[in-house]
Amino acid sequence: MNDVLIDVKDLHVEFDVRAGIVKAVDGLDLTIRRGQTVGVIGESGCGKSVTARAILRMVPKPGKVTSGQVMYYRKAKKGKKHLKDEVLDITQLPPDGEIIRQIRGGEIGMIFQEPMSSLTPVYTAGTHINEALSLHRLIPLQKVGDQMAEAITTYRTVTKDEAREIAIDMLRKVGIPKPTERVDSYPHQLSGGQRQRVMIAIALSCEPEMLIADEPTTALDVSIEAQILDVMRDLQRTANMAIMFITHNLGVVAEMAEEMVVMYMGKQVERAKTVDLFYDPKHPYTQALLKSIPKVGKRSNERLATIEGMVPDPFHLPTGCVFHPRCPMFMPGKCDKITPTYKQIGENHWASCLLYEDV
Amino acid sequence: MVNYLLRRLGYAIIMVVLVSFVSFVIIKLPPGDFLTQKLAQLQARGDRSAENQIAEYRAKYGLDRPFMVQYTTWAVNFLKGDFGESFEYERPVKDLLGQRLGMTVILALATLIITWVIAIPLGVYSAIKQYSLGDQVITTISFIGLGMPGFLLALLILYVAIIILNQDVLGLFSKEYVDAPWSFGRVIDLLKHLWIPALISAVTGTGGLIRIMRGNLLETLGQPFVEAARARGLKNSQVIWKHAVRIAINPLIVILGSEALPGIIGGGALVSIVLNLPTIGPLFVDSLRKLDMYMAGTCIVFFTILLLVGNLLSDLLLAWADPRIRLD
Repeated sequence: MNDVLIDVKDLHVEFDVRAGIVKAVDGLDLTIRRGQTVGVIGESGCGKSVTARAILRMVPKPGKVTSGQVMYYRKAKKGKKHLKDEVLDITQLPPDGEIIRQIRGGEIGMIFQEPMSSLTPVYTAGTHINEALSLHRLIPLQKVGDQMAEAITTYRTVTKDEAREIAIDMLRKVGIPKPTERVDSYPHQLSGGQRQRVMIAIALSCEPEMLIADEPTTALDVSIEAQILDVMRDLQRTANMAIMFITHNLGVVAEMAEEMVVMYMGKQVERAKTVDLFYDPKHPYTQALLKSIPKVGKRSNERLATIEGMVPDPFHLPTGCVFHPRCPMFMPGKCDKITPTYKQIGENHWASCLLYEDV
Repeated sequence: MVNYLLRRLGYAIIMVVLVSFVSFVIIKLPPGDFLTQKLAQLQARGDRSAENQIAEYRAKYGLDRPFMVQYTTWAVNFLKGDFGESFEYERPVKDLLGQRLGMTVILALATLIITWVIAIPLGVYSAIKQYSLGDQVITTISFIGLGMPGFLLALLILYVAIIILNQDVLGLFSKEYVDAPWSFGRVIDLLKHLWIPALISAVTGTGGLIRIMRGNLLETLGQPFVEAARARGLKNSQVIWKHAVRIAINPLIVILGSEALPGIIGGGALVSIVLNLPTIGPLFVDSLRKLDMYMAGTCIVFFTILLLVGNLLSDLLLAWADPRIRLD
C-alpha cells in the first residue's frame, strides 16, 4: 500500500440547510493509488462532487466535513515547493492556508462539469495557464560550473515568457489548433470543447499527482466527449498521474477507469475492477444500475429496466441499508434494521450489502 | 472603432439639438415669461414706469420676437460660446455658471470618490459575509440611505450641527473666507464645510451602489469560474478580487458614466439649496422656477452633453474592461 496517494476514511460531509441536515457524504471510504484511474459513479446528488471538493478542502457553504479523514500521501518532487515526504490529513488543513493552496492546482488538479463557464470571461486562455504556472511551477536554477548542481539545485518561479511558452505547448498537447493564436483568445472566442481542453491544459500544466475530473464531458456533445477522453488518456499515460473520474455515464467510465466505485446516498456501495463490476456486479444497486443502460441490438419494443421507487428524501433516510426500500433482494427484518458494513467479498472486490454478511 | 465614435458623436449632436429645442418649448409653456413676473412685482411696488421699463427689456432680450427666431438666435449664439443673459441677475449666463463651476466640480468629485470608496468595499464585504451581523448592519444602513431623501438628511444634520454643536456649517466657506483668495487656511476651511455634503452623499448615494455591488458579487461568486480559480490554488482574496469582483463590477461602470458626469449639474440640487452651497444645482432649480429661460436652457444643454459624454465614456470603458463587449 505504499503507493497510496489519497485515502479517504469514513468521511462525513453535512449540509445544514433550513429544512434540516443533509448528509451529502455519509461514511465514505475511498483509496486512490498513484497513476490509477478510479471511476466514481452514482446518481445525481449521491455525493460524488462533494467528495471531490472535500479532497481539495473546498466544500461549498453551508457544507461541512463533520468527521473522517482525507489522508494525502505527499511526496517530495523536483520542481515542487515542498521538500519532504509527509502524510497530511487534508480535512485538518486551514482552508485558505499555504499548504492546501500548494496542493490545489499544484498537486491535485481539477476540471469541472461546465466548461462554458469555468474560465473567467475577462482573461485569456494564456492568462489562466500563466496564473496556475506562477503559483506552482518551479524551474531549476543551475549555476554554471557548480559541481554539486544536482544536490543543491535551487528553484525559481517561471517568468512571463516561459509561462507563455509552456502555455502554448500545453494547448498544443491538449489538441487545440493554432495554439500560438489561441493562447490569446478569450473564453467567449472558444467552443465548449476547446474551453474544456483549456481547463485540462491549466490543470496539467502544473504536473499534478492527481486529476479530479468532475463530469468533464457531461456538457459536451458525444464526438467532442470522445476527443476529450482521448486527450485525458494520452496525457495520463505520459504523466503517470492518478485520475478520479466522476460521472454518471457508465459507458464513459468503463472506457476510462481501471477500478470503479459505486456511490449511493453518500456511501460507497461497491468497489471492483471495472471488468468485474460490469460482468459480475455484486450489489443489487449496481446490478439495477447496469440493467438500466440501453443496449444496442436489444429488441426495441422491450422496456428499459428502471430502478423501482424513488431516491429517498435526504432529510429522512431509511433505516438499515439506505437502498432497502428500492432493493429487489430486500430481506424483511434484516435490511431495514441492520446497517451493512463495507467488506471485501472477493479479490479486489468490496461491497456493502447484507447478502454477503452472515446476519 | 473610429466609425463607432463618429456615429455616436453624430447621434449625440442630434440629441443635444432635440433636447435643447424641447426644453426651450417646455420653458415657454407656462403662461407669461420672466418679465410678466417682474412687471407684477414692480407694479405691486407702485412703480409707474414699470410698463415702459418692461417693454424696453422685452425688446432687449428679443422676447417680443416669434418663438422660432428666439430659439435659433439663442442656439446660434450658443455655438459661438454666448449662452445668453440671465434675466434674474442681468449678467451673462456664462459668467454665472463659470463662477460656480469650480466649486461644483470639487463637490461632485468629492462626492463621487467618497461614495465609491465607501460603497465598493462595503458591497464586497456584504456579499462575502452574506447574512453575517456586518452584512445585516450594512444592509440596514443602505436601505435607510436609499429610503431617506438627501435634503431631509441635510436638514437633520444641519439641526444637529447648528443647534446642538453650534457650528457654522452652511455653504462651503466661513464668512471670512468666502471672497478671500486661495490660501492654506481657506482649504482647511473648505474641508471643514465639505464633510457635511460628503456625509450626506455617503449615506444617500452609497445605499444603492452597495446593494448593486452586493447582488452582482453574490451572483458572480456562484459561478463555476470562481470555484475553478480556487481549485487552481489562488488565495481567497485573489479569488474574490481578481476573479469575482473583477466581473461583478462591470455593470457599475455604466452607472459611473450615466450618473457621475451629469451629477455635476443636477446632482444633489436640493441638498445644495438646503445647505446653501454655491454650486450650479440651486442656480438651475431657481432659473426653472423664475422662467429665467436662457439660464435654464443652458443648464439643460450642458446636462445633456455631460450625460451623453458620460454614457459614451462608460461604454468605451466597459468595452475596455470586458472583452466580450464589442463596439460596432
